[in-house]
Amino acid sequence: MNRRDALSRVALLLGGTVVGGAVFLEGCGPGADKKAADTAAATANAFDANGIAYLDEVAETIIPATTTPGAKDAKVGAFMAVMVNDCYEERDQKIFKEGMSKIEDASKKKFNKGFMAIDANQRKELLTEIDKEAKAYGASKKPDDPNHYFRLMKELTLLGYFTSEPGATKALRYVAVPGKYEGCIPYKKGDKAWAT
Amino acid sequence: MPDTTQVNINNKAQAQNTYDAIVIGSGISGGWAAKELCELGLKTLVLERGRNIEHIKDYPTATTPIWEFPHRTRMLEKDIKDNPVISQCYAFTEDNAHFFVKDKEHPYVQEKPFTWVRGYQVGGKSIMWGRACQRWSDFSFGGPARMGYAVDWPIRYADVEKWYGHVERFAGICGNKDGVPDIPDGDYLPPFEMNCVEQEMKRKISEKYKDRYMVHGRWAHLTKPNPIHLEQGRGQCQARDLCTRGCPYGGYFSSVSSTLPWAKKTGNLTIRPHSVVHSIIYDEKKGKASGVRIIDANTKESIDYFARIIFVNAAAMNSNLILLNSKSNRFPNGLGNDSGILGKYVAHHNYRGSVNGDYDGPEDKYYFGRNPSQPMIANYRNLGKQDTDFIGGYLTFCGAYRGGANPQGDQIGADYKEALTEPGGWRVFMYMQGEVVPREANHVRLHPDLKDPYGIPQLITSVSYTDNDEKLLKDFLDQSKEMMEAIGCTNVVQHDNKWAPGLDIHEMGGCRMGKDPKTSMLNKWNQLHHCSNVFVTDGACMTSTGNQSPSILYMTLTARAANYAVGEMKKMNL
Repeated sequence: MNRRDALSRVALLLGGTVVGGAVFLEGCGPGADKKAADTAAATANAFDANGIAYLDEVAETIIPATTTPGAKDAKVGAFMAVMVNDCYEERDQKIFKEGMSKIEDASKKKFNKGFMAIDANQRKELLTEIDKEAKAYGASKKPDDPNHYFRLMKELTLLGYFTSEPGATKALRYVAVPGKYEGCIPYKKGDKAWAT
Repeated sequence: MPDTTQVNINNKAQAQNTYDAIVIGSGISGGWAAKELCELGLKTLVLERGRNIEHIKDYPTATTPIWEFPHRTRMLEKDIKDNPVISQCYAFTEDNAHFFVKDKEHPYVQEKPFTWVRGYQVGGKSIMWGRACQRWSDFSFGGPARMGYAVDWPIRYADVEKWYGHVERFAGICGNKDGVPDIPDGDYLPPFEMNCVEQEMKRKISEKYKDRYMVHGRWAHLTKPNPIHLEQGRGQCQARDLCTRGCPYGGYFSSVSSTLPWAKKTGNLTIRPHSVVHSIIYDEKKGKASGVRIIDANTKESIDYFARIIFVNAAAMNSNLILLNSKSNRFPNGLGNDSGILGKYVAHHNYRGSVNGDYDGPEDKYYFGRNPSQPMIANYRNLGKQDTDFIGGYLTFCGAYRGGANPQGDQIGADYKEALTEPGGWRVFMYMQGEVVPREANHVRLHPDLKDPYGIPQLITSVSYTDNDEKLLKDFLDQSKEMMEAIGCTNVVQHDNKWAPGLDIHEMGGCRMGKDPKTSMLNKWNQLHHCSNVFVTDGACMTSTGNQSPSILYMTLTARAANYAVGEMKKMNL
């Protein structure tokens, strides 16, 4: 068997911080799944058009448009909604959706305005703080402890972006049909990584 | 006066349903049986329980870029919950799932955890297989006799050497000729290059370990097609590494890209999909098998087919199931099973261990294209003499790649994004393919009551690891860590995935070859000792597992047995 295939190359690309691979699948796999009756009401509309626009802005803050397209160009908000609905177990769905409200609360607390109303620098500042909090939480997290919502959002942003057409072909290098394998070629700093 | 009408109808039906040979299964070994038998002039019926698959036409995802998969190849939570068995398989993903059997389609009973991975379609698992192809050596064939387990193989390397070449030349196996004792050189196409760090690994390992050889992957890919491959309609491997979806270039070997279309060209081949084999029919008067009883998967109708010889290539566990279910007055415990050995001594490969680490490799080197193969380190344990506290050995797959970037500054925003678009440092990995020693307790048998959707008894699997497997695993982990540190890797991490047997997808045995009919099912020609016109040439025939990737040996044994069988038919011995 060719076991390396088990790791998607995107997961490899993203290395330590990471989307995909075992970390993602862990969230995606069968496991203890506690029903939460209150979830539905609280988060019923999380993924409506406004919700997806919101997620687009969260993703765009993590991966902004630069000389190459950003997360919004790659429709990462809609992708996150699909993945949460289809590939997450209920516990993580709830964490993810409630996380959207937590970002909103944190924004109001810090800037007296909702996340959609603050500017790009403020968004970056806010999400950088939340990212640090998520990392600190992750460092002491036991396997059965709930995931941090921002970890899920960041994972899905990176996965969604780097496997999207603009992400794979413009931010990274993508060759559908290489035609041959060359084991050892020159690389200079700044050259893009292979998308797959 | 007896009513003869029914008899006449039956005779006519029987004539219509009669072939020279029947092959049960169209996977990697069944395809070879079909090719050889058809080329040798036999009208051959291939029975396949799944749907038809035509090369290229039926590879729906072969050229789909990752962004066109709604879940970017991840499986849905619902599918994972509905399929606790198959969803463990690394290749059961959004782009490949259509080639795997879903749990409900063919239930079985896990007396002990056993992950049974199956592919029911024309081509079987040869469409999604791993494609590694090393030859066995006499260290492996002689292993049981030397180390005192299972029974002695009735064959040695000299018996299969020319058939390996026969198969390799047609299938197209790439590799380098390295002169390594445990994996004899074959008839190879040029290998895939090693990348720059893999070249360093190879050099350093050979400097530090006189008995360890890291060599190029030996893989079923057309790196440089010969006329025989072009004649099959296949072309050069394009280094896409999307093999498990089916290859529109025919760049790797499968039954559907190679052997089956070749067999079809002879005009002697009939493939019958949707044919779930119930049993092999035994003719008490002739003392031979007369045919095969199937259940049509669509109509649930029972139909009999007849032939002079029968090849059983249903994949190891299903070949056991069919033989166990082929009961007659003569063989109340399964066809040819006077010894009571059928279903016993099932074994597999130990894939539990892997070791990873960082490597301070050249930052100014990269690679182009996606290598579908991997280098490997030939087994270096217990070759010819016992040098550990466990029996058997292991082959190590290994390699190097540039991992993910690890941005040091901002973790959000433009700088973070730009940092992620560059390749990271080099990573090195090793993982094992370990020999598992067959033992009587590891077995499969029929459930007395539970039936599958076709009314066929469900298989009970009772297979587990032993202390020997744990020792072998520990040795692999320790040796690999030591090797990686010796060549300069840092942050070396050992991992035991704790997979249940079966998930290796190298299940073998249950209908083993041997010299003595009292302790084995098959003779040296893969012929049932007690039913000479039935040949079992898939993984079920394996007396021991060796440490090499098994498929190429199944193909080789199949080609050899098919040629033997036709020779015997010509001599009127069959």
